[in-house]
Amino acid sequence: MPEPLIKARNVSLEADGKPILKDISLDIFRNEIFGIMGPAGGGKTSFLRLVNHTFRGSNVKIEGRLHVLGEDVLSDEVNPTPLRRKVSMVFATPVVLPMSIFENLVYGLRIQGIRDKSRLREAAERGLKAAILWDEVRDRLDKPAQKLSGGQQQRLCIARAMALSPDVLLLDEPTSGLDPISTFRIEEALKELKKRHTIVLVSNNTKQIARVSDRCAFFLMGELIETGKTSQMFTVPREKKTDDYIAGRFG
Amino acid sequence: MPATAADIRKKEKIIQRVFLIIAFSSLFSLFLIALFIFIEGFPMIMKVGLKDFLLSTRWSPTRGHYGIFAMIVSSFWVTIGALLFGGPLGLMCSIFLVEFASARWRAIIKPALELLAGIPSVVYGFLGVVYLVPLVRDYLGGPGLSLLTSCIILGIMILPTVISISVDALVAVPNSYREAAFSLGGTRWQTTYMVTVHAAKSGIITALVLGMGRAVGETMAVIMISGNALKIPTSILDPIRTMTSNIALEMGYASGMHRQALFATGIVLFFFVMALNTIATLFARRKAIK
Ligand SMILES: Nc1ncnc2c1ncn2[C@@H]1O[C@H](COP(=O)(O)OP(=O)(O)OP(=O)(O)O)[C@@H](O)[C@H]1O
Ligand SMILES: [Mg+2]
Repeated sequence: MPEPLIKARNVSLEADGKPILKDISLDIFRNEIFGIMGPAGGGKTSFLRLVNHTFRGSNVKIEGRLHVLGEDVLSDEVNPTPLRRKVSMVFATPVVLPMSIFENLVYGLRIQGIRDKSRLREAAERGLKAAILWDEVRDRLDKPAQKLSGGQQQRLCIARAMALSPDVLLLDEPTSGLDPISTFRIEEALKELKKRHTIVLVSNNTKQIARVSDRCAFFLMGELIETGKTSQMFTVPREKKTDDYIAGRFG
Repeated sequence: MPATAADIRKKEKIIQRVFLIIAFSSLFSLFLIALFIFIEGFPMIMKVGLKDFLLSTRWSPTRGHYGIFAMIVSSFWVTIGALLFGGPLGLMCSIFLVEFASARWRAIIKPALELLAGIPSVVYGFLGVVYLVPLVRDYLGGPGLSLLTSCIILGIMILPTVISISVDALVAVPNSYREAAFSLGGTRWQTTYMVTVHAAKSGIITALVLGMGRAVGETMAVIMISGNALKIPTSILDPIRTMTSNIALEMGYASGMHRQALFATGIVLFFFVMALNTIATLFARRKAIK
């Protein structure tokens, strides 16, 4: 067994005294798509935000150990900035920055001090192609990103994260605003991307998890009910709750 | 007796009328002020000629010379200078307040700023004369009563205007922008100057322009610290006389043409401020469209 890229051990999270995650332990390995599914409010987004080190605040209490790329991200010493360059998160609601499409794409590189024009262009193009947006916007990269449609903005956010070539890509419901064709193409793109990246995919859509993920986890009310190979979870789940959820009997 | 629907409707109508009248009365007083300034000043401009009035530097009303160019230039430079001092300082302060300060600091600084806005301008002028003028005279030379001194004091005086409006603009930037920028690996400072300030740009420009409007109109403090010499300043240590100080200094004894010339100066100021406000409104509206 190789060393996992993300290793959670007994991670618990509380905000305002309310438990959000309870005793989560799981492993995510290099070059896999790890799916996280579960009903609303189960703590899926919160888990991603812990990995990306954006869930902080005076009202937040965290326990356990969470190693990401060998670094304990729950310790107080961790510097979030270099971490986030290696672990990119795409939020469920797309937020394009108030600048041009191109500037959105290269923002993450610019703040690392990269000025070389050809390198920026190349990264922008790579990101756009990975998110299947290249053909739609190649002629108007200098236009404001906020003029794009909702689905295009969502793909731009994915493209923007991809332009950074992160080790880990955290995707929070990346296709929730997309039509079936774009969804399909994004899923195809993800399968291609996992050759070079590790992807954590949160989705409300169990079918999507079944289609694209290698291994997955089922979160319910802050608890990790079950984790394992996707093929096994969707055919012979160990837990009855998993079976019920996949079959659509609740959630 | 219970009020009928018709009664209520009638009452509403009356209330509506009253408020309409109140609203119009403020508009009306603005109109009256503008009207009087123009009635008093405009014929004089016609008589002297617009060019001689605006572009001549000779101002000696007793001899019939009414050129205000030196004062226009002085007002212009003092406004720009105030912006150079107060603009960056105010902007930095509002960025600190919104992006970096803890709630405790904010609770201290905000009321302090409101107090700053409430200090009468004669106090600023007094402090300027007592402390700043000797400092400039001793260390930089010149009479001390100068363009530089006026710019510094005015720069401080416009701080509350600049800060309160740019704080509003920064607060209005949705938090999701900051989160998105952080998640791409940005530091707090990078996020601030590349995303937040960028997104609040139009509001910040509005703040700066309104600060300029405040500077151009300030009178009392400027009279006390500017030296009031009637010439085009050639260095920042030269004394100056702005349009507003000239009006205030001479209105006591002016009569006839002289008095009309002061009103005409008022017309020029009126256009100055109107231009600044229009620019500010344009920027504010551009933001609203976005
Ligand atoms: N910053 C916060 N402070 C307090 N409570 C929070 C915070 N963020 C999330 N929560 C709470 O944590 C719980 C889990 O939220 P989370 O967003 O992780 O769920 P989710 O599984 O992503 O749900 P969805 O499928 O609807 O996106 C919710 O009850 C939410 O109200
Ligand atoms: Mg969520």
